Amino acid sequence: MSINKETVKKISKLARISVSDQQASKLEKNLNSILSFVEQLNELNTEKINPISTISNQKLIMRDDVVKVSNQKEDILKNAPEKNSSYYIVPKVVE
Amino acid sequence: MNKDFNYFLQGEKEKWEVIIGLEVHAQILSNAKLFSSSSTKFGAEPNCQVSLIDAAMPGMLPVINKFCIEQAIKTGLGLNAKINSFSVFDRKNYFYADLPQGYQISQYKFPIVGEGEVLLDMSYGTKKIGIERLHLEQDAGKSLHDQDPTKSFIDLNRSGVALMEIVSKPDLRSPEEVGEYIKKIRSIMRYLETCDGNMEEGSLRADVNISVRKVGDKSFGTRCEIKNVNSIKFMQQAIEFEAKRQIDLLEQGKSIDQETRLYDTKKNETRSMRSKEDAHDYRYFPDPDLLPLELENSFIQKIKNELPELPDQKKDRFINEYRLSNYEAAVLIADKETADFFEKVAKNSDVKLATTWIMGDFFASLNKLQKSISNSPITVENLASLLNLIKTNIISGRIAKEVFEMMLLDKRDPKIIVEEKGLIQQTDVKEIEKIIDKVLMDNQDKVTEYKSGKVKLFGFFVGSVIKESKGKANPGVVNDLLKKKLS
Amino acid sequence: MNNLSNLTLVETVEGIKSKKFSPSEVLSSYEERIKRSKKLNCFISETLDQAKKEIKKINIGQNNLALLGAPIAVKDLFCTSNVKTTASSKILENFVPTYESTVTQKLWDQGAILIGKLNCDEFAMGSSNETSYFGNVINPYKDGKETLVPGGSSGGCASAVSANLTVATVGTDTGGSIRQPAAFTGIVGLKPTYGRCSRWGIVAFASSLDQAGPMTKDIKDSALLLEVIAGFDSKDSTSINTNSSFFFKNLSKQIKGLNVGIPKEYRVDNMPKEIDDLWSEGIKILENCGAKIHSISLPHTKYALPTYYIIAPAEASSNLARYDGVRYGHRESGRDLIEMYENTRSRGFGDEVKRRILIGTYVLSSGYYDAYYLKAQKVRNLIKKDFDDSFKKVDVILTPSTPSAAFKFGEKKDDPISMYLNDIFTVTANLAGLPALSLPIKHNSKNLPLSLQLIGRPFDEQTILNVGYAIEQEVKFKRSISDWWM
Repeated sequence: MSINKETVKKISKLARISVSDQQASKLEKNLNSILSFVEQLNELNTEKINPISTISNQKLIMRDDVVKVSNQKEDILKNAPEKNSSYYIVPKVVE
Repeated sequence: MNKDFNYFLQGEKEKWEVIIGLEVHAQILSNAKLFSSSSTKFGAEPNCQVSLIDAAMPGMLPVINKFCIEQAIKTGLGLNAKINSFSVFDRKNYFYADLPQGYQISQYKFPIVGEGEVLLDMSYGTKKIGIERLHLEQDAGKSLHDQDPTKSFIDLNRSGVALMEIVSKPDLRSPEEVGEYIKKIRSIMRYLETCDGNMEEGSLRADVNISVRKVGDKSFGTRCEIKNVNSIKFMQQAIEFEAKRQIDLLEQGKSIDQETRLYDTKKNETRSMRSKEDAHDYRYFPDPDLLPLELENSFIQKIKNELPELPDQKKDRFINEYRLSNYEAAVLIADKETADFFEKVAKNSDVKLATTWIMGDFFASLNKLQKSISNSPITVENLASLLNLIKTNIISGRIAKEVFEMMLLDKRDPKIIVEEKGLIQQTDVKEIEKIIDKVLMDNQDKVTEYKSGKVKLFGFFVGSVIKESKGKANPGVVNDLLKKKLS
Repeated sequence: MNNLSNLTLVETVEGIKSKKFSPSEVLSSYEERIKRSKKLNCFISETLDQAKKEIKKINIGQNNLALLGAPIAVKDLFCTSNVKTTASSKILENFVPTYESTVTQKLWDQGAILIGKLNCDEFAMGSSNETSYFGNVINPYKDGKETLVPGGSSGGCASAVSANLTVATVGTDTGGSIRQPAAFTGIVGLKPTYGRCSRWGIVAFASSLDQAGPMTKDIKDSALLLEVIAGFDSKDSTSINTNSSFFFKNLSKQIKGLNVGIPKEYRVDNMPKEIDDLWSEGIKILENCGAKIHSISLPHTKYALPTYYIIAPAEASSNLARYDGVRYGHRESGRDLIEMYENTRSRGFGDEVKRRILIGTYVLSSGYYDAYYLKAQKVRNLIKKDFDDSFKKVDVILTPSTPSAAFKFGEKKDDPISMYLNDIFTVTANLAGLPALSLPIKHNSKNLPLSLQLIGRPFDEQTILNVGYAIEQEVKFKRSISDWWM
C-alpha cells in the first residue's frame, strides 16, 4: 500500500500538524519508503498468532479510592502559555 | 411488542416507527478519579482538583482505581449483564482543549461488562430493553465559551473522573420508553450507589441515536446522533423533532446524512454540528501504559453477594408482601429512599394507611415544600405515629389531615400535638348524642323535610354534627346514632 | 586540572567516602572539563551553581549512600524538579517541571548531585543525535579530521561519559538508544528488562518499549547504578514488582559453564568484516573464560526492525498528542483552536518527530490498524517467542551492538531507512522486553571503538553484567580520548 499527497494531508490534519504543499511532497516520499520497508511483515502468516498486549507479565495494579492530591492549581498552571488565575486560555473553536 | 403500543408517526404517505438507542454516561460515585488520586467533588473552584496526571504533564502515567472497577461490576450486575473477566483499556485519540492527553482512556474491543437487559413497566406491558455493553472511561474537562469573544477558558476538574458508558441496543421505540429507560437505569444506579444520576449536575448524560423506518420494514435506516441533551424532557422533545425531520426527508425521496446533531432547547430543533465533521478516526489501540484487567471469579462473586435488593426485586416483594398493586409498588420503589421510608412506616403502623398517606399527602407536601425524603420535615417515626393514631381510632382521618399540616412545622410526636390541641376523637356515645340533639333541635325544619322524604339531608346532619364537634366526632358513631334518631 | 574526572563512579564514591578527595574537588574537575567542551554540545542545561550548593550539604559520614557526592548529568528526557526539561525539542524548550522522575529521585536519594541535562535526539527519536532542536552532539572520537556522530538517541549522554564530562549518567532506550551510542563512544550502556525501572516522570516516546538505564565508564559502575535506579514503582502500572537485586554486590566474572548463544540470523547481509571479526573475537574470549558456545536461531530477527517501526511511531503519535500548546510548552498563535494546534505542532516538532507521528497516525488509522499495528503486535509475539525458546538452551546471547563504528554527520540524514538500520541488532531486546548490555571491546583501524552486545533472560541483568565483567577484565579496553575539542 502506498500513500499519496492527499493522504499525507489527511493524516496531517488528524495529527494536527500543518504541512505545506512542499513538505507534503517530501513526506510522501519519506513515508512511502518507510511503509514499503515495514510491509515486509506481510511475508509472515500470523493468522493463528495472538498479538502481544503487554510485555509486563503481571496483574494490573489497582489503587484504593483515596484522595491523595490536594489543590495543585499553582503547579498545573505554572507552565501555561496563556492563562488567568483560574483557567487555561485557548483560542475558541469555530463551531 | 404489545398490541397497545401506539407511538407511530403518520407521514404524508406512510406510517413510520422510530428506532432509538441510548448511550448513557454515568459518573461513578467515587472519592477519587479513575486513573489519578484527585477529588471528584462537584462544584469545586476551577482547576483545584487537577493532578499532574489529569493535566497530562510529560511523563505522567495512569493507575486504576479499584473502587471504580467494583462500581462498574455492580452496575453491570444490576443490569443483569455478563461481567467479562478479561477486559482491556484502549486509547481513543482525538484533539480538544478539554482533553489534555490528546486521547481518552476508554474501552473499545473488550469492555468490562457485556450484554444485559432492563425491564420497563409500560402501560402496554413489560418492555425488555437490551443492553449492549458497559465500559469504563475517563470524563473530559470543561470548556467555557462565554467568558470572552475570542477565547475559551478550560477547567480540568472533571478531566479524569470515572464514567460508566452504558450502551443500549436499539430497542427503544418512543420518547416515553426513553424516559422510562433513563429513569430505570438511574434508579438502579442510585439503589446500588454507583451513580447519583443527577442530570442537572451532569453526573448522568445521554446521547441519543435515532433513525426511522416504515412500519413493517425489517432493516434499520441511517441514524443520527443527538448529543448534549441534559434532561429527559428535552431528550423527548429532541426525539420528536428529529423523527419528524427524518421522515420528511425520506418522504421527499432524500437521504439522511449520518451525522451528529445538537438539540437547541430554545428553538426546539436539532441541527448539525459542523465542528465534528472532521473524520471521527479515533485510532483506538490498547493503552500501553496499562495492563489488561483480569478479574478473578472470587472478586466478582464477592460483589454479587453484597448486592443490595434491586428495584425490580423490591417491587415484586412489595407486591407480594404488602399486597400493593403494580402501580403502587412502582411508585414506591422508584427511589430507594422512598422505598425504605415506606417500609419502615408500614412495618411500624399500617400498610394500607402508609400507602395512601405516603403516595398522597406526604408526596404532595414534599413537592410543595421542594424537599426530598432525605430532608423531609416529617420523620419516619412521626408519620408512623400519626398513622397509628388513625388506626386506633384516636383521631379521625379528617383531623389527621389537620395534624399532618401542623407536623410540617412542628417536629414533635403527633401524639403530643393531638393531646395539646385537644383533637382526640370523640367516640363517647352520650357526648355525641348531646351534639346530635342540639343539631336536630337547631334545624327542626330540615328534620321535617328529611322525614318527609328529602333523604339527601342526611349528609347535612352528619356534617353539622361533625362541625359542631369541631371535627372530633367519630363519623361512624355519628352515622349510627343519627340514623337511630332520625328514624 | 586534576585527574579526578578520569575516575569511575565506584572509584569516585570510594575516594569521597575514604576522604581521599572531596566532592568539591571532584565537581571542580568535571566543571573545568565541561567549560572547555562546549564544542561537543553535550549539555542543554548546566546546574553547576546549584550543584555547588548541594555539595555543601553533603555529610561525608553518610557512608550508606551508594552515590555519595557523585556529580551526575542526566538525559534531558527525565523530568527534574525546577530544572528545565526539554526532551531536546522546541516544543518544550522552556518547560520547567514541578516534579522529579522516580529514577532520578533515586539518584539524589543516594547522594548523587545533578550537574546538568544532556542533549539527545528530539523526543528520543533518532540514532545519531542529529535531530535535537539544540544542535548536534559531537562524538569525542574523531575519524581523522572528520567529526563523528555519537549515536542516538542518548548521544549527549554517551558523549559526556566518554569525554569525562560526567562520572556516569542515565539514559533511555526504546530501540537501542542507550546501547548504540554507548558503542559509538566506547562506554558501557545497559538497557534493563522492561518494567525493571520506573517510567514515571520520563517523557514518554513509546510506552511499551521505553526503559531507563545506566551509561557508564565500566561494568562495575553499570551494576552499581542499576542497583540504585531499579525498583518497583506503584505510580507506573507497567513497573514489575519483583525482588530487587544487588547487581553490584553480586558482580562476578566467574562464568565457567555458562551457555552462550550465537544467533545465526544476526550475521546480516553486507556485514562489515571488522564487525564479523569482532564477534568472533568475543566468542573466543568467552570460550577462554569457560563458557559453552551454542549456535542458536532467532528466525524472526529480520522482521524486528519493521515491527519496531510500526509499534514505536504508533505509540509515539499518541504519547505526543499532549504537546498542543494548551497547558505547557511552546505555543504558536492561530485564529482558532485547530489552527493554534497545527501551527504549534508543526513549528514545535522537528522533521523526524513529525515523520514518526505521521507514520504512527497512519498505521493506527481506520482501515489500516489490522494490516499494520495489529500485525506488528503479532510479529512481536513471534520475536519474543524466539527468545523464550532460545533461553531454554542458553543463558545469554552474544551479538554485535551496531552494524558499524560511528559514522560521519549527514551520512544518513536524508534516508530514514538507512538511519533506522543502525538499530538492527538492538531493537529485538526492546520488542521482547529483555535486558541487554553493550560493552566496548577494542578500537578498529581508525581508532574508533567497537562493541559487543549481551542479551539476557527477563530480570537476569546479573548474568549479562557478569559476562560483561568477565569480558571487560579480559580485553582491558581503555577509551582513547584526546580532548581534541579543547
